[in-house]
Amino acid sequence: MHKRVPDVVNVVNPEDYTMDAEEHVPEDRSEIEGEYKKSLLEVGYDPDGEERSGSFLQLDHSVICSTTVQEGIEVIDSSEALEKYSWLSDYFWRAVAADKDIYTKAVAEKQTGGYFVRAAPGVKSIFPLQTCLFIGKERLSQNVHNIVIVEEGAELHIITGCSTAQDVRSAMHLGVSEFYVKKGATLTYTMIHNWAPEVVVRPRSGIIVGEGGTYINNYILMKPVKDVQMYPVTYCGRNARTMAQTVIHASKDSKVDIGSKVVLEGENSRAELISRSIATDQANVTARGAIVGSAAGVKGHLECIGLMLSNTARIHSVPELEATVEDAELSHEAAVGRISEEEIAYLTARGLSEDEAAGAIVRGFLNVDIKGLPPALGAEVRQMIRMSADAL
Amino acid sequence: MLEIENLNLEVDGRPVLKGLDLIIEKGECHVLLGPNGSGKTSLLLGILGFPRYRVTGGKIVFNGADITNLTTAERVKLGMGIAFQNPPVIRGIRLGEMVNLCRGDKSGEITDETRVLAKELHFTEEFLERDVNAGFSGGEIKRSEILQLMAQDPNFVMLDEPDSGVDIENMELIGGMIGKLLHRRERPSRRIASGLIITHLATITDYVDVDWAHVMLGGRIGCSGNPDQIIRQISEGGYEKCIRECQMS
Ligand SMILES: Nc1ncnc2c1ncn2[C@@H]1O[C@H](COP(=O)(O)OP(=O)(O)OP(=O)(O)O)[C@@H](O)[C@H]1O
Ligand SMILES: [Mg+2]
Repeated sequence: MHKRVPDVVNVVNPEDYTMDAEEHVPEDRSEIEGEYKKSLLEVGYDPDGEERSGSFLQLDHSVICSTTVQEGIEVIDSSEALEKYSWLSDYFWRAVAADKDIYTKAVAEKQTGGYFVRAAPGVKSIFPLQTCLFIGKERLSQNVHNIVIVEEGAELHIITGCSTAQDVRSAMHLGVSEFYVKKGATLTYTMIHNWAPEVVVRPRSGIIVGEGGTYINNYILMKPVKDVQMYPVTYCGRNARTMAQTVIHASKDSKVDIGSKVVLEGENSRAELISRSIATDQANVTARGAIVGSAAGVKGHLECIGLMLSNTARIHSVPELEATVEDAELSHEAAVGRISEEEIAYLTARGLSEDEAAGAIVRGFLNVDIKGLPPALGAEVRQMIRMSADAL
Repeated sequence: MLEIENLNLEVDGRPVLKGLDLIIEKGECHVLLGPNGSGKTSLLLGILGFPRYRVTGGKIVFNGADITNLTTAERVKLGMGIAFQNPPVIRGIRLGEMVNLCRGDKSGEITDETRVLAKELHFTEEFLERDVNAGFSGGEIKRSEILQLMAQDPNFVMLDEPDSGVDIENMELIGGMIGKLLHRRERPSRRIASGLIITHLATITDYVDVDWAHVMLGGRIGCSGNPDQIIRQISEGGYEKCIRECQMS
């Protein structure tokens, strides 16, 4: 029997959530050292800032930490930054249109925080910078606007976590992010989402990568969420390069519609998009990937693989390729299915039980080789993936 | 050690073995010959109890116990092991981790023990970091299968064409390791492990001394006997002639 399950395009009205948040002050660290600490650590945010080049933490609508330890790297509240630097207005709503949808409009009308990060020309971050947007209040709508500028020849690694307090069930997170990777610069952006089961999440991101620049995006979602929908768009200039690696484990009643689009508009630019999703329980996953090649010599590859672990889940894999020039080389590989019997048999022949074999295969499936990160951060991210795979 | 009696086996519903008998005693090493598609691999996977290989008649007795209805995992626990002819790629599991798993060690860290064993099989440390079978060459697959078996150290060792597509130097290496797995250097009475090796060109018999040879045809063992004699008969007159002569004598 054919089961028709619609794609997720839930329209959730931002008006249904509250904009009233109590103020949190930086001096009061009791919450982040206490009840929130575990949730923060789980998304890679270390309140002590060990081995980080800077930190930004926003609780509900209050920025309670914005510090850097490395010269040449600045982190502040984005609205504060807009007052401080007159030139910055040019960077607002350039990579994402303010009137794109109701969510970007909500952020444009009622922004509540977000970060501005800038790496000065030639500065190379030694440790990653950590940012975290945290919701501690039930039914809150958090509407952030983030701007990241990596100036010429600079190199910046950001690890960003989004999470909620353990007693929050329902909330809304709207996040507009605009990233500018200038000539010859590198930005790696690793995002870990760890939401509560009733949280609605609508990030809207645009990334502009200049000549010879590199942008690497890693996205990790391991815990149930009500509904996440995002589709960042990256524009690659001449000789620019982008890589995106997405690892999703969707469980319970999670609705997840995640993908990314890359527009290769500069000559010889390159893109590689890798997405691995696992769906269990009643989860509904749409995994998208699109590459547009519109300049000579561009190359792009996308890989979209889904593993079904239940009969009531659904994975819809949507790989798309579009070329508007003759000299574009675009390819994709997509597969959706259950765990291969042959692989299970192979592992049982080596002494594992069937359950252990299935577990090892699932762990292996999620064990995407997260590229582009400094070794310590790479190991940290792998550890986080491993932990959630073990919990399966 | 292993007694197979009148075995009928279906692969995905298709009959492949039709009344096969085979006895392998403790400490013995047997080779199995036979044309392509005659059911050699199916026999091995049937002995191991792979789900798609269904026994429709007869029985398999291992160390005195009827194992016909046991799962693969249970049979492996009793001491069976195999080197596959065509193993699948396992994404995200590194060869080094796999070798740990064979030893029953579930930690993700590659241990010194694993490194030492890998070195014996001429694998570099970088090779241990590669996903199991991903892009391995034909000869590398053979060595990696033997490496995993060495870590597992089973008492009943099945090897599916360990000598196909292997260069001369690696053949010597693999031959030596198989000899070790099967305790061939021990006096016959002290050998605990037994082996069943599938081979086409019998190359392996130049490196491992073998007690018995069997020829498979039409889903049964058509002929069993002295390895040198059988191999000579096959290379001179082909499988069918070998079986005819064998049955006449
Ligand atoms: N999954 C399957 N579905 C249908 N037929 C199969 C399947 N697996 C094996 N067979 C068939 O069973 C027969 C025996 O195959 P098997 O692999 O056991 O042969 P073999 O003797 O090992 O051959 P080779 O020397 O080429 O390795 C072949 O005809 C093969 O096509
Ligand atoms: Mg075979």
